[in-house]
Amino acid sequence: MKVLVAVKRVIDYNVKVRVKSDRSDVDLANVKMALNPFCEIAVEEAVRLKEAGTATEVVVVSIGSKSCQEQLRTALALGADRAIQVEAADQLDSLSVARILQKVAEEESADLILLGKQAIDSDNNQTGQMLAALMDRPQATFASEVVVEGESLKVTREIDGGLQTLSLKLPAVVTTDLRLNEPRYASLPNIMKAKKKPLDVKTPDELGAQLAAGVELLGVEPPAERQAGIKVSSVEELVDKLRNEAKVVA
Amino acid sequence: MSILIITEHDNQSLKPVTLNLVTAAQQIGGDIDLLVAGENAQAVADAAAAIAGVRKVILADNAAYAHQLAENLSKLVVELAEGYSHILAPGTTTGKNVAPRVAALLGVNQLSDISGVEAPDTFKRPIYAGNAIATVKSADPVKVITVRGTAFDAAEATGGSAAIEACGSVHQHADVSFVGEELAKSDRPELTAASVVISGGRGMGNGDNFELLNKVADKLGAAVGASRAAVDAGFVPNDMQVGQTGKMVAPELYIAVGISGAIQHLAGMKDSKVIVAINKDEEAPIFQVADYGLVGDLFEAVPELESRL
Repeated sequence: MKVLVAVKRVIDYNVKVRVKSDRSDVDLANVKMALNPFCEIAVEEAVRLKEAGTATEVVVVSIGSKSCQEQLRTALALGADRAIQVEAADQLDSLSVARILQKVAEEESADLILLGKQAIDSDNNQTGQMLAALMDRPQATFASEVVVEGESLKVTREIDGGLQTLSLKLPAVVTTDLRLNEPRYASLPNIMKAKKKPLDVKTPDELGAQLAAGVELLGVEPPAERQAGIKVSSVEELVDKLRNEAKVVA
Repeated sequence: MSILIITEHDNQSLKPVTLNLVTAAQQIGGDIDLLVAGENAQAVADAAAAIAGVRKVILADNAAYAHQLAENLSKLVVELAEGYSHILAPGTTTGKNVAPRVAALLGVNQLSDISGVEAPDTFKRPIYAGNAIATVKSADPVKVITVRGTAFDAAEATGGSAAIEACGSVHQHADVSFVGEELAKSDRPELTAASVVISGGRGMGNGDNFELLNKVADKLGAAVGASRAAVDAGFVPNDMQVGQTGKMVAPELYIAVGISGAIQHLAGMKDSKVIVAINKDEEAPIFQVADYGLVGDLFEAVPELESRL
């Protein structure tokens, strides 16, 4: 079974996001960038499938400018076998990304395509579903457990109110939720080895992918700040305030 | 303009988030139709038809839609999409599962989790876990959108008398099947729909101590939530998690107990109307967003709170 993992370069999740003073976008100048945490979980899952002898090859792909090669190298250090960078604008829209991934998946004849459920910058949660639709293949989003059973997958999904289990015939698309696994840290020898693993660069044109009309970003603003209220000295005072001031308790 | 709303339901009852979507649709403007795709879901269609402001309800009643699998539901929606300017789904795990599939099949992009309507083609939506709010404009011929329910008031559940139209189309993808589900059973309201939420964090110490919160919740008719720290520590199941990677809530009253107030938690509850924090650490960031803060031992404060309510 061949596994394709799509990864995205995003702002490091520990960095506090600031809006540019002209409010055109968030400020990403000189900000630490990293592999999107959900994508990291997807890479880890693929590598575990390979270690278990289920997956034969793990290919990682990222779409963006040359800088995303840094995240591809991270994925290679985590255990992926080879990488593909598709040269395109950073922050490409989801449908264009899905169309490119469709072409890559076809070219690679991938049996399982793993993605993070969402990127922590745009918070879209769309690409995996779009890819599955374009390929007319089954999907399991918000996955918290993936079991390979021959030509099928049994996937447990974290849905509102509990868990749902689906059976999918391969090829299939799975997007990862937080509790699917805990990604490993790349060891220094593996980081060194990753530098020698193959990394191909392709363009959407070469792949035959047609880009979509994106969504126009008109502006970005900081969220409304909440003001700190008062400290109460006792539970009695708290209940009094809730009853008579805020009037949220009968 | 006309708008199709994909309703959220469990084949028996309509989920309240649908009412918030009707309000979002009214702000966009135009005729509003509701799609109920399910199995033996007549009661849901009846409830949908009673919502004020709805033109018609389309009921697709078939085993293929029993679990609203995205593969089947998306093709049904695409078949019905002709003539609609907007297709709305709730920003729930079900809505997010299906809406991008619909958009891709229609060859358009999708807008996720809108929190405001500026114009029929321009919307506000949170990005970077709510640390920034983007204003986005779509030129696509049909706008496929998921809506953050807590950002819109609920429409009136009664007063309407829309016609119910049956749709016999069946789309069944051969390569996906439902195996089972484990839903948390509770007499309390659902987290995202509750008007009062009381949540516990790592300070609760263990899962058994959540019983203290349950007692308060029973008195207030509240839902019980948790921070990611409490979930990761194994105190409670993940479906109780409030925050960026869990559920987004915006109740009238939110009580945070033993929660320090990490950004990831604040992202999920800072739109609550009134926030109460009970924490022994007076430097905890949760106090910076709380309307009423009580510095003290939760194991004394919570039982006292229960007795005084």
